[in-house]
Amino acid sequence: MKRRNFIQQATAASALITVGGYGLQSFTTTSKTTKITILHTNDVHSHIDAFGPEDGRNANKGGVARRATLIENIRTQSPNTLLLDAGDIFQGTPYFNYYGGELEFKLMSKLKYDLATIGNHDFDNGIDGLYAQLPHASFNFVSANYDFSNTVMDTHVKPYQIFKKEGIKIGVFGLGIRLNGLVDKNMYKETQYLDPIEAAQEMTRILKTDEQCDLIICLSHLGYHYSNSPKKISDLNLAKATKDIDLIIGGHTHTFLPKPTVAQNLEGKNVLVNQVGCYGINLGKIDFYFEPDSTKKAEGKSIIV
Amino acid sequence: MKFKPLFLLLLIGLMTSCKQEPYSLTKIEGKQITINDSLAIDEDIDAFIKPFRESVNKDMETVLSYSPKTYSKRDGEFNTAIGNLMADAVYKQSNLIFNKRTGKNIDMVLLNYGGIRSIISKGNITTRTAFQIMPFENSIVVVALKGQQIDSLTYYLSKAKRAHPISGLELNLDNHFTITKALIKDKKIKKDKVYYVATNDYLYSGGDRMNFFKTNDSLYVLDYKIRNAMLDYFKKVDTINPKIDNRFIKTK
Repeated sequence: MKRRNFIQQATAASALITVGGYGLQSFTTTSKTTKITILHTNDVHSHIDAFGPEDGRNANKGGVARRATLIENIRTQSPNTLLLDAGDIFQGTPYFNYYGGELEFKLMSKLKYDLATIGNHDFDNGIDGLYAQLPHASFNFVSANYDFSNTVMDTHVKPYQIFKKEGIKIGVFGLGIRLNGLVDKNMYKETQYLDPIEAAQEMTRILKTDEQCDLIICLSHLGYHYSNSPKKISDLNLAKATKDIDLIIGGHTHTFLPKPTVAQNLEGKNVLVNQVGCYGINLGKIDFYFEPDSTKKAEGKSIIV
Repeated sequence: MKFKPLFLLLLIGLMTSCKQEPYSLTKIEGKQITINDSLAIDEDIDAFIKPFRESVNKDMETVLSYSPKTYSKRDGEFNTAIGNLMADAVYKQSNLIFNKRTGKNIDMVLLNYGGIRSIISKGNITTRTAFQIMPFENSIVVVALKGQQIDSLTYYLSKAKRAHPISGLELNLDNHFTITKALIKDKKIKKDKVYYVATNDYLYSGGDRMNFFKTNDSLYVLDYKIRNAMLDYFKKVDTINPKIDNRFIKTK
C-alpha cells in the first residue's frame, strides 16, 4: 500500500510541474498592451456589387470585393481581429432570388467572417431556405433568444461563442427581433422568440461569471431605437437594462450613426452601441486595448469615438 | 487513494489562480469606414463573383415587353394604371392554374399598394423590371370567402383610402367614403355565396391588417410567385397598355 501511495504522489507532483509550466508560459506573453479589433457589418441585404455611378443616393459605394481589400489591410495591421455580422444578410438584389443566399455565405466565408446573428430577412426563403445554405458558411451563427429546438436549425445555432486572441477571452452572443407580425409564421415555423433582456442577462452571467471573458459583445438584430415606440426593445434599451456588455453591434433599423453611441448600462458603466447603416456601404471598426493587471490597475477606460 | 481529491483540488487551485490575473480594458477606439471607389477591388473575390454576376445580368437584361409610358403607383387616387396592370395580370395568370386544378374560377384579386415596389419606366420591360416591382418571394393564394367576409373586405378598402390593386371587384364610394356600389364580376355580392379571392400569402396572413382573410371556407396554395406571374404576363404581351378606370372610384 505504501508503495502505491508513493507512485501516486510522484505522478501528482510531475503533473503539477507540467501545469505550472504552461501557466508560466501564458503569463509571460501578457506583459504588453494587446489590441483586439472588432470589424462589423449589418443589413448587407445581398448587396454584392457596389452601387453604380448613376445611383441617386449611394453612387460608387459598397461592394464585397472592395470590402475584402479593406478587411485584409486591417488584418495585416491588427492580427487579433474578429469580423462579425448583425443579420439580414439575405434579400435585396437578384443574387438572393437566384442563388438563395449561397453567394452571400460563400463570400462571407472567403472574407473570413467569424460569426453572425440572424435577421428577420434571413427567413425570407423560410427556415428551410436558411438551413439549406448553411453548408456554404464557414462561420457560425449565434442567437440567445431564438429557440430552434423544434426546427431544422436545431443544434446549428448556439447562444454564444467564445474566441481567444493572445490570451484575451472574447464572448459574443446573439439577439434577434420578435418574428411574429414581421415574418410569416410559415417561414419561421416553430422558432420560439424569447425575451431579449432575460436572454442577455443569462448570457452575461455565463460569459462574465462562469467563463470570465475579458470582453463581451452582443450581436443584435433588435434595432437601434424606435422613436415612435420608445419602450420597444432596442439596442439603446438593452444597454440600459443590462450589465457587463462592452459592445452592442446592431442592425435591422438601417441606422447610419455619425459615430458609435456611448450608452450607460444598469450599473452606470459605459456601453458602446454601434450600427453601420446597410448594404455594405460602411464597415464598423472598434479597437479594444487591454493591459495585464500586473502592469496597470483597472482605473476605468477611455473611449475615443 | 486519499490523494486523488487533494490532487484535483491543487489543480483547480492552480488554474483559478492563473485566471485571477486578468486583463484590464484600458482604451476603446471606435469609428466607421466608408467603402468607396478609393479602395482597390480584391481581384480574387471579384473573379469569384463574376460568373454569378454575368449569369444574373444576362437574365436581368432579357427584354420581355415594352412600356409606352412611365407608370407609378402615385398616379391615381383609388386605382392606378400600374396597380390595375398587376391585379389583372395576377388574375389572368393564376386563374389558368386555379381553373385547371379545381375546375372553378377566381372571382376577384386583392393586392396591396405597398406591394408595388417600384415604377415601370418607359421603354423595354426586362426581367429586372419584374424584380424591381416585386423583389419579394410572395406567392399567390386563393381564399374562399363568403359574402359576409367580402363585406369586411370592401369595408376595409373604403376606410384604407389607398389604391390597393383590385381586379374583378367594382367599388364606388360617396364623398363620405360610404360604399354606394360593390359588384363582383358585374353582379351584386350575395351574403351566402362563396367567392374565390386571389391575394398573396403575406396579406392572407394578416399583412397590412387585412384580417378578413382569417375567416375563410378554404385556402388554395398555388405555389406561384407574384413575380413569376408578372414575368409570365410580360412574356405574353408585346406592349403593355394599362389604364386608370372606374373599378374603384369616389364621388367628388
